[in-house]
Amino acid sequence: MRATVLVRPKSGILDPQGEAVRTALDHLGFAARDARVGRVIDLEFSGRSEHEARRELERMCEQLLANPLIETYEIEVRP
Amino acid sequence: MIRPMPERRPRIAVVVFPGSNDERDAAWALGALGADAELVWHADEELPEVEGVLLPGGFSYGDYLRCGAIARFAPIMAKIRRFAEDGGPVLGICNGFQILCEAGFLPGVLRPNASLAFVCRDVRIRVERTDVRITGRCTEGQVLTIPVKCGEGAWYADDLLVARLEAAGQILFRYEGDNPTGAVGDVAGVCNAEGNVVGLMPHPEHAVDPLLGSADGGLLLAGLVDAALARLLVSV
Repeated sequence: MRATVLVRPKSGILDPQGEAVRTALDHLGFAARDARVGRVIDLEFSGRSEHEARRELERMCEQLLANPLIETYEIEVRP
Repeated sequence: MIRPMPERRPRIAVVVFPGSNDERDAAWALGALGADAELVWHADEELPEVEGVLLPGGFSYGDYLRCGAIARFAPIMAKIRRFAEDGGPVLGICNGFQILCEAGFLPGVLRPNASLAFVCRDVRIRVERTDVRITGRCTEGQVLTIPVKCGEGAWYADDLLVARLEAAGQILFRYEGDNPTGAVGDVAGVCNAEGNVVGLMPHPEHAVDPLLGSADGGLLLAGLVDAALARLLVSV
């Protein structure tokens, strides 16, 4: 079983990386009004039900993969 | 009045993670200020008999994921948590501050500098409170000159948390004038509710001699030595 965790900076929080990316896009002539930079974590499990995996992923996110003060996360599980 | 004399100098553990790089400056400074510093490896299961703990600057575990996020799982951290819960003085500097925040010893989190640039220069910080031991050698409102050197030093907490910390007196240091990182509320350092755990971004261990441009950092490290000495005197 595979899973992908998407971690994003919370909305409203200054994201200097995103701002740098937006400025660079601007220099290239692309007109992006806003850019936010997050993180993708691909994981592989063995022998768990989707429900069980999802519960475990939630705990991973709370304890390590994301910092709830500044980040939100989304979990995607694939067989 | 007869003051009790300890049989030895207070001992302070300086914890070394893979990627720490300020442990020797910190150990040297503590030695010069009257403590015996002991370098302790992150993978050690036990904390030696010490009366203080210092988490130095650097790039523990390559700053992977988020600064300090991995270091908090080091075996030694469980023992440091117990030490802190027992009232033992703990000081985190720069990466050490990031680790203490990620591990939940201290409130808030450190984010990339608003400028996205690595900042390395002397800054001025104002001491907001002097009734915790680590700032006990300072006067209230005293402005210290101490260098910062960090890429991810912008302390962040949401408005609600900042208000709560201000009310509780947990904002210990603020940048004076120039805020080098874009930290919320110009916060340069905070402490826990009990005041025995302190973290700050600037590096007091790099400012302990006028030859280095400032000796102001010595005041804070001497405060840590004072706290360790007080613990040693209680324990004998």
